[in-house]
This record gives sequence, C-alpha cells and structure tokens, in this order.
Amino acid sequence: MSKYNLDYLDELEAEAIHILREVAGQFEKPALLFSGGKDSITLVRLAEKAFRPGKFPFPLVHIDTGHNFEETITYRDQMVDRLGEKLIVGYVQESIDEGKVIEQTGKNASRNALQTVTLLDTIAKHGFDACIGGARRDEEKARAKERIFSVRDEFGQWDPKRQRPELWNIYNGKIHKGENVRVFPISNWTELDVWNYIRREKMDLPSIYFAHKRDTITRNGQLMAASPFLNMDEADVVTNRMVRFRTVGDMSCTAAVESEADQIDDIIEEISASKISERGARLDDKVSEAAMEDRKKGGYF
Amino acid sequence: MNILKFFTAGSVDDGKSTLIGRLLYDTDSILADQLEALQTSNRKNDDGSIDLAILTDGLRAEREQGITIDVAYKYFQTEKRKFIIADTPGHIQYTRNMVTGASTANLAIILIDARNGVVEQTIRHSYLVSLLGVSHVVICVNKMDMEDYSEEVFNNITEKYKSLLSSNLKLNDVTFIPVSALKGDNIVNLSENMPWYKGASLLDFLETVEVTGEQTSDYARMPVQWVIRPQTDELHDYRGYAGRVLSGTFKVNDKVTVLPSGSSSVIDKIEVFDKAPEEVSAGMSVTLHLKDNIDISRGDVLVNSGSLPQSSQLIEADLCWMDNKPMDDSITYLLQHNSKLTKCKVREILYKVNINTLEKEDTHEFKLNDIGRVVIKTADELAYDLYSENKANGSAILIDSRTNLTVGALMFRAVAD
Ligand SMILES: Nc1nc2c(ncn2[C@@H]2O[C@H](COP(=O)(O)OP(=O)(O)OP(=O)(O)O)[C@@H](O)[C@H]2O)c(=O)[nH]1
Ligand SMILES: [Mg+2]
Repeated sequence: MSKYNLDYLDELEAEAIHILREVAGQFEKPALLFSGGKDSITLVRLAEKAFRPGKFPFPLVHIDTGHNFEETITYRDQMVDRLGEKLIVGYVQESIDEGKVIEQTGKNASRNALQTVTLLDTIAKHGFDACIGGARRDEEKARAKERIFSVRDEFGQWDPKRQRPELWNIYNGKIHKGENVRVFPISNWTELDVWNYIRREKMDLPSIYFAHKRDTITRNGQLMAASPFLNMDEADVVTNRMVRFRTVGDMSCTAAVESEADQIDDIIEEISASKISERGARLDDKVSEAAMEDRKKGGYF
Repeated sequence: MNILKFFTAGSVDDGKSTLIGRLLYDTDSILADQLEALQTSNRKNDDGSIDLAILTDGLRAEREQGITIDVAYKYFQTEKRKFIIADTPGHIQYTRNMVTGASTANLAIILIDARNGVVEQTIRHSYLVSLLGVSHVVICVNKMDMEDYSEEVFNNITEKYKSLLSSNLKLNDVTFIPVSALKGDNIVNLSENMPWYKGASLLDFLETVEVTGEQTSDYARMPVQWVIRPQTDELHDYRGYAGRVLSGTFKVNDKVTVLPSGSSSVIDKIEVFDKAPEEVSAGMSVTLHLKDNIDISRGDVLVNSGSLPQSSQLIEADLCWMDNKPMDDSITYLLQHNSKLTKCKVREILYKVNINTLEKEDTHEFKLNDIGRVVIKTADELAYDLYSENKANGSAILIDSRTNLTVGALMFRAVAD
C-alpha cells in the first residue's frame, strides 16, 4: 500500500473511502453527520465515490442550532435533492422547548454547547451505532489524539485514556449495546488538503466560503457576522466588510476573516500563506486550554 | 509529491515530543495562534522558554504529568515532501499506543537519552520496529547538550546499539544522528556544537530518504468490503465488489479466484467512481465486476488466480499482547483480518521473547506487553500472506468479545500444521 505511485490526494481519498466502506460493512445503523461545512461536504463527495451507483447505506444527519447561515441551509437542501438521499434534522430548538437544555444568556451566548444534547438525543432516538464526522486531526490538539474509530460510551463520552489500539488499516467497530462509534474518515487530511481536493473535484461550496460583503462586529478580537443571534448592544459597532469564512458552524461562534479571495485558487493561496490556524476563528475553542477535550468527553462531535 | 509517515519511539523522557515540537518550530510550521497558546501555557521549561512537547501532548492529563499517554498525529510539509508524524508514548504502560502509531509508518525515529544510553525500553521499541517491519530507522542520540556534545559519548552509544543488531533484532537501514531536541542541534539545522558530525540533519534525512523495501509483494489481493447492488430498474443486474487493493494490480480480463470458496471468474469491468480504468493497483479503493454471477460477500478476498495466497486454519504468528487481562488460551477470541471476522483460539505458545536479552523463553502465560510466537486456530479458513511478504494481507487483530477491546496484534509468519 505504501508504494508511492499514488499522488497524496489519491492516497488520502482511497483511505477515506476504505473507512466509509468499513462503516457500511461493520454497522447496523450508521449515519453521516452533515454540518454544511466544507469537511462534511467533502465526506459526502467521498461517500458518493464509495457507494455509487448504489444508495448511501446511511442517512445524513444535521444538528440544527437554528442559528444558521442561510446559505448553508439552502446549500444543504439543494444537495440532498441532487443526491436523492435521506436527511434527518435534529433541532436544538426542540431540546430547548422540551426543557432539556437552557438557552445561554449574556453577550457571548451561543448554542454551540447545547448541540451535544440534541446530537445525543438524535443518536438515541434513531438508534445510530456509528456516526461519521468530518473532524480532522490537524484542527486541534485533542483531535490530534483521537482514533479513526472512536468509541463513545452510553453517554456519548470519549475517554482519551482508554482508547483501543488501532493497528494497520484494521478498524475494530465492535461495541456493546448503547455505545456508539464516531468515525473520522478524513482524520489524516489537513485544511489545505481539503481545499486542494475541493478544487480537484470541482465541488460546489456554500457561498459564505468565498469573499463577500457583510455587516460585521468585533468580539473578543474576532470578526463576527452581525445577526439577530448575537446579543449586541451599543458598544458593538457594525461595519460592512469584505470577508469570508474558513470554517462554518453556528453563526454565534464562527468568526470571519477579512479577505478578497473569491475564487478557490485565491483561497488556497491565502491559506498556504496564513499564519493563523483554522480554528483560530472559533470562539468555542478559546474558552480554556482543554476546551475541545472537555467537550469531546461530554459527547461533542 | 509523496507522503512520508514516521513516528517517534524510545523510553520515557528521552525527548520524543520535544523533538517533534522542535521539528515543527524550526520549519516554521507552527501557526501564530498555536504559538500564542504555547507562550501563555503554564508548562514551561526550567529556564522559562516554551516547552515544545506540549505541541503534541494535547491532553490535559499529559500536560499535567509532562508525559505522553497516547499517540498524537501531526502534519507538516516542506517543499520536498509531505509528512505525517505519529508522536508515541515511551512509557511501558502505553506500549499499545506506540504500536498503534508504528503500524502505519514507513520510518521510525528511535530516541536515546545520551546520559542513559540504551535502556530496556529502547530495546523493546526496537524489537517492535523490527517485528512490524518498519523499513527505515533513525536513531537520534538526544540531549547531547547535557554531555558536552561529546563525540565519544555518541560513538559509544552507536557501538552499543549496533552490537544489539543480530539475528534476533533485524533492522534494515539504520542511521545515527546526534541531536539536542531542546536546543535544536541537528534537527533542522546542522549544529555548530558538533563539527565532528559529518552526516545530514534529521530534516534533511527525512526529506531525502527514499522509501523502498516496503514489504509488499506484487500479488493482486482485494478483500471485499461491501457489495454494491442498486437493484433499480435500469441497474437491475449491477453487482460491484467494493474494496481497496492491498497489493499488486488487477486488469480487465484477469482471471481471479474468490477465497475462501475457491470459485473463479474473470474481471469484466473495473470502476473507480465515474471512471472505468483498464487496470487498478495497490492502494486504490475500487469496484470490480466479474463475468460470472458467483456468491461473494464481505470478508471474501479476490486474488489473481496465478498467485494464490496461503489458505489455512492453523497459522503461526507473532503476537503482541495489548490488554491488561492476560491472554487466556481457553477462551475464543474474535480475529479480524482485513474485512474478515472469524473466531479464533490460541492453540499453543511457542515462546515469549525476553526483552532484555532478546532470547526466546518457554512460557505458559502471555501478559500485557508480552511479545512472542504462537499458533492460532481460526474457525474459518483464512486467505492470507506472510507478513514478511505482504503486511496488509499478513496482519490481523484479536478482539476480546467480552469487552470488545482490541487485545492482540498478529503478524503471520508461517502455515502451521
Ligand atoms: N537538556 C535537554 N533536555 C531535553 C532534550 N530533549 C528533551 N528534553 C527534556 O526532557 C524532558 C522530557 O521530554 P519529552 O519530549 O516530554 O519526552 P518524551 O520522550 O516525549 O516522553 P514520553 O512521551 O512521556 O515518553 C523534558 O523536560 C524536555 O525538556 C534535549 O535535547 N536536551
Ligand atoms: Mg512524549
């Protein structure tokens, strides 16, 4: 497998397809977690490569915080139409209405943390035994430690000190009832690999990834899209800027970067030269040194 | 551009994580916000400089204790190459995590603390590297700054290490480099403190080493992972066997055999998503179509009929035990070999290796971190190759069906009778 006749993108692609097919072969009820971001769009592309002309052996699952960029929802619905695959949506609003979680208050309120509850409820409701996600190891230091098949206990928790060995290209998906496995087929891809792949495959992306004019405010040194989902007050000065997003999550925690890059070539050039990491634009990681690890232990993606 | 996958090994505190940090730092691969996080972290070196090890020691428990617990994967790129690094733990308790990082790598960097020289864990890791058949090994004698950058110290350790290489510990292509991960000597830049060293810096070596000698035969093998059957009106008869080619090449019109059933057919068509190439080779994820309708499902292997693999239920294999519970030869384990899952028992322990002497010893028990040779018996016949000829088709894992944990790594060495 390591004879170097494959280009590195081909090698990463082949590995990801192999992982997706292992999920199909090993689990009864898998699901693909689709966020509308470029990494999950890449996963969908890889699933097409793994299973066409057959149907996907899993539905797409979107955990909807209700604080979306409109562009991602439009993109999602068009994509699902084109694919003819099943979409299941879990609504954070429902978890709030049912009193399972309480909406945060204050200036930095975000629904990002609430998602975990909705995610775990959706997994339980449908009995998913494997959830495929687009997390990459280069994103964050706790993710750098996670297996490709990452076992979660009944409460969705990741225990970083008790991970199974994961040898060669053999993935152990055996679990007890109630547990589930999070599977990360693009673990070994970097942000730049994803962009190069998107370019190579001529994939469409939601327009917010490309430079556009938008009203923004500055929060904790980050540029945030002005929106009804941000608790704004007099101190917040709204400025119209040329921006784009490097990563797309909830509107209340995803920051924009100032950019003129409106073509994929320009974006690739910009990222290659960038001195800031992709998650540098995520407020949710800045809470503490181990913010991601703590969220994962709690059942996060 | 190709990818080099390497990992660090060696005893606790020999400086593995620091070395990876140094490599990333000196190649300017650390982004500003990550650097800022390092600077504001409370884990610092004694002299107040930033502790580069926390670049990979990403878990809270690791930072608190200053040790690595599990593998961290890091990615970087120079003009010459892309690298995937696995920084593995040195502590014996976490050997299974070291094996995890090592199993997919082409090159091992084994660190030795210049003050301590070769220790038991150096030998254990070297032995695992030789068992796993990692093709290239770099021995970094680290912390040279604490031994006055002495050529003599370096030479003594090199000699000692070379004397260990024997028929029991076979390593191809070993390179020795004196370094200081902490100070940056010979990592990216050649050191002014060691003018007596005439070789390349570690990065130079990694960028230019030609990765050859991978243990992969040219025999065509493809385990079936999934059968694609759309069963729609227009694709009523479509039946594609999806899998990743482990080794060799498959061409349209090749005669192939399906194992374990032994039935054969001819390749009708090959698909790679929307393309239909005439041939596909090792590493690619593909879909094969056969001329005849035969019963094939997940777990079967398609092979070129001209080069059949071994087929048996009794196999002699090297076993690394990775579970806290000792191996129990009275119970049935699950064995996973590519897409094949079958039951299995350990029939006989032939020997265990004493890690200090590398001698083979008789034993009745196999505990956490033990390594040795066993005979296994599988419920179904396996179609496999010897690990020395074909890693991907010559390896398997053992799963304890009570806990579902991965408890053993198997490397097939011979057909047993
Ligand atoms: N003086 C000196 N100290 C070093 C050098 N390299 C590492 N150290 C120190 O050695 C200690 C252990 O370093 P680590 O990089 O954490 O060691 P490790 O091999 O990754 O340890 P484990 O992963 O826990 O097995 C730290 O205090 C480092 O600062 C070196 O070249 N010179
Ligand atoms: Mg370490």
